Amino acid sequence: MTGTELLAGASPSVQALAVIGVVLLEAIALYVGYGAVEEAVGPAVLDRLAKAR
Amino acid sequence: MIGSIAATELLGLGPEIFGLFVAFGFMVGVFFGFFGMGGSFLVTPALLILGYPAPVAIGSSMAFVFGTAAIATMKHHDAGQVDYKLGALMFVGISVGIELGSRLVFGLEVLGIANVVVGVAYVLLLAAIGVLFTRSALDTDDDDGDDSEGDADEVPAIARKIQSYEIPPMTTLADGSRASLWTISGVGGGVGLVSGFLGVGGGFVRMPAIYYVIGTSLAAAVGTSLFGGLMSGAVGAFTYGRAGVIDLGIVTALLVGSALGARIGSSATAYVDEDDVTIYFGLMLLVASAAVGIGELSSWLSMPVLDRLSFVLLIGSALLVCAMILYHGALAVRRTRGVPGSPRRGE
Repeated sequence: MTGTELLAGASPSVQALAVIGVVLLEAIALYVGYGAVEEAVGPAVLDRLAKAR
Repeated sequence: MIGSIAATELLGLGPEIFGLFVAFGFMVGVFFGFFGMGGSFLVTPALLILGYPAPVAIGSSMAFVFGTAAIATMKHHDAGQVDYKLGALMFVGISVGIELGSRLVFGLEVLGIANVVVGVAYVLLLAAIGVLFTRSALDTDDDDGDDSEGDADEVPAIARKIQSYEIPPMTTLADGSRASLWTISGVGGGVGLVSGFLGVGGGFVRMPAIYYVIGTSLAAAVGTSLFGGLMSGAVGAFTYGRAGVIDLGIVTALLVGSALGARIGSSATAYVDEDDVTIYFGLMLLVASAAVGIGELSSWLSMPVLDRLSFVLLIGSALLVCAMILYHGALAVRRTRGVPGSPRRGE
């Protein structure tokens, strides 16, 4: 899947900007999402690791 | 209009290959989070070995660099370690360099030798960086007991020497030091050329160049280098995106894995002594260099078995180093958290 499928018929520059926009949105969503997961389960995982034998 | 996606595929990739890229992205993310670089220069060769054309491999790698650098910059922004003015000034040189690098790739593609030339350049680059890391790790072993690490706020002597040549126009950096716009543009152009030609973020060149040539503190060099990676990734993704060669399925799968891996790798730095795993990283780069070389031989000799060997070597060595980081991390967590009051690394 490329920018050409993302915005069919748009100019190459607009398609390229759409690809960059999609990647940026994915990056922000992953940063926020994994941040929330880390906050929620991080301490528990470290405690389990520390106690594991 | 958003294009339709086949039900059995994830963004144009089969579930197995999507999963493979997520796992590979996780490994790359662990390296990036732990070492602060090394995020992208494994991606392009892996895509080349998997049979993707050079422009697709490089373009997708550049888009991945942009996404990874965006995530890393958000983290360093929170710590106040990004000199946005310096990063913005480097932007012009980076843009010109990437444009030249990508034109070179497309020119070589027309001649039908892009994959060979990019592959050979990778063999040499990975080997050179691998030797540097391995030697550095061995030297550190020899110097055991000497913990004299450089001051993070100190500007190296060579940078102070370069700053002493005041070639106008001069500009003031965020930390109050001054640098010539010619130096900044030259560093940006050189890094951009490497990025555009090889499809790498160039952090392993950019960070030392900002630190040793432009002359900032180490912390600012790392943060600003990541911001530079964001920009070079954006410019590269735009350049290759205009040609319609970026595979969003590959980029998304790699990002899903790398964003998680980078968090874990970055957390591991608080527990693991970098010297314990640096030698594995150096050796992995040497194996990766051999893997890309074997992949090129496979094309020349038309021996698919060499292609498989090349892929196994590349993934296997990356998997080994990733496992070493996680293993040493788990051991260190048990050691430091198991004993109340034990100091963590860097504290």
